[in-house]
Amino acid sequence: MIAIASIVTAGVTTGFGTMAPALAEGRAVANALTSLAQQPDASATITRTLFVGLAMIESTAIYCFVVSMILIFANPFWNHFLTLTSGK
Amino acid sequence: MRLSPDQIIYWQYGFLKLNGTIVFTWGIIVLLAIGAKLITRNLTTEHKRSRWQNLLEIIVTGMMKQIADVGLRNSKKYIGFLGTLFLFVATAALLTVIPGYESPTGSLSTTAALALCVLIAVPMFGISNQGVGGYLKSYIEPTFIMLPFNIISEVSRTLALAVRLFGNMMSGAMIIAILLTITPFLFPILMTLLGLLTGMVQAYIFSILAAVYIAAATSTRETKPIPQT
Repeated sequence: MIAIASIVTAGVTTGFGTMAPALAEGRAVANALTSLAQQPDASATITRTLFVGLAMIESTAIYCFVVSMILIFANPFWNHFLTLTSGK
Repeated sequence: MRLSPDQIIYWQYGFLKLNGTIVFTWGIIVLLAIGAKLITRNLTTEHKRSRWQNLLEIIVTGMMKQIADVGLRNSKKYIGFLGTLFLFVATAALLTVIPGYESPTGSLSTTAALALCVLIAVPMFGISNQGVGGYLKSYIEPTFIMLPFNIISEVSRTLALAVRLFGNMMSGAMIIAILLTITPFLFPILMTLLGLLTGMVQAYIFSILAAVYIAAATSTRETKPIPQT
C-alpha cells in the first residue's frame, strides 16, 4: 500500500515538476535571444546571466527529481512498515 | 541501485568507513596538487612557454575576468576561494571519462560541505571588507522587518547550492547507469557527453553564484553609480 502510494506520487511529482521549469526556461531563453538580437555587443553578459538564471530555474526541477528518488529508493517508511507487517 | 558513491565501501573498521566519495576526493586532490606543482615549477614570461602553463594562464585570467565582471573589483582576493571551487567541481566532472570513476559531487556530503564553505566564506569576506558592524547592518537593509527574511534567505541559498549540484551530478550518473542496463552501446555515450556538459555548466554556476553572494555581501556600502541617460 505504501509502495503503491509512494511510487505513484513519485511519478506524478516528476511529471508535474518538470513542466513548469521547462515553460519558464523557454521564456527565459526567448527573452535572452531577443535581447541578444538587439544588442550583440553585450552577448557575454547576457549569456552569463542567462546561464545563471537557467540554473536557478532548473534547481526547482532538480528538487522534484530528488524527492522522487527519495520516495523510490530511500523511502523512510518502507522499513517501518516491513517490520510491522512481518512482526504480525 | 546505487544512489551515490557513498555506498562503495573500500575498507571498514568499526564505524569508520573508507567509501568511494572519500577515495575519489583524495584522488582529485592529489591530481590537482601534483599537477599544479609540476606545471608551475618553471614559470616564465618568455614567448616560448610550455603549453600547460598556457592552459593554466588561460583558466586563471578567464576566472579573474569573470569575477571582476560579477562586481568584485579586487578579484585577486577572491580567486583563491572561487577558483578552487570551480576547479574542484570541474575536475570532478571531467574525470568521469575514466571508467570506474564516479564523481564525488554525486554524494550529498560533498556538495553540502562545499555549500557550507560558501556559507562561512560570505560573512568572512563581508566582515573583512566592511567590519563586523557594517556587515551585520546589511541584514537590516532595507528595513528592520526584513531581518528574518534575510537570515532565511542565507540558509536557503546554501541549501539550494548543495541540492542543485547534488541533483545534477547524481541524475547524470544514474541515467548512465540505467541506460547501461538497457541499451549498452550508443545511448550511454551520448548521455555521458550530456553529463560532461552539465557538469561543467554546474561547476561554473556554483562558482558564479558564490561570487554573486560574496559581491552582495561586500558591496552594500559603495554608492550605486548613477546611470547615464
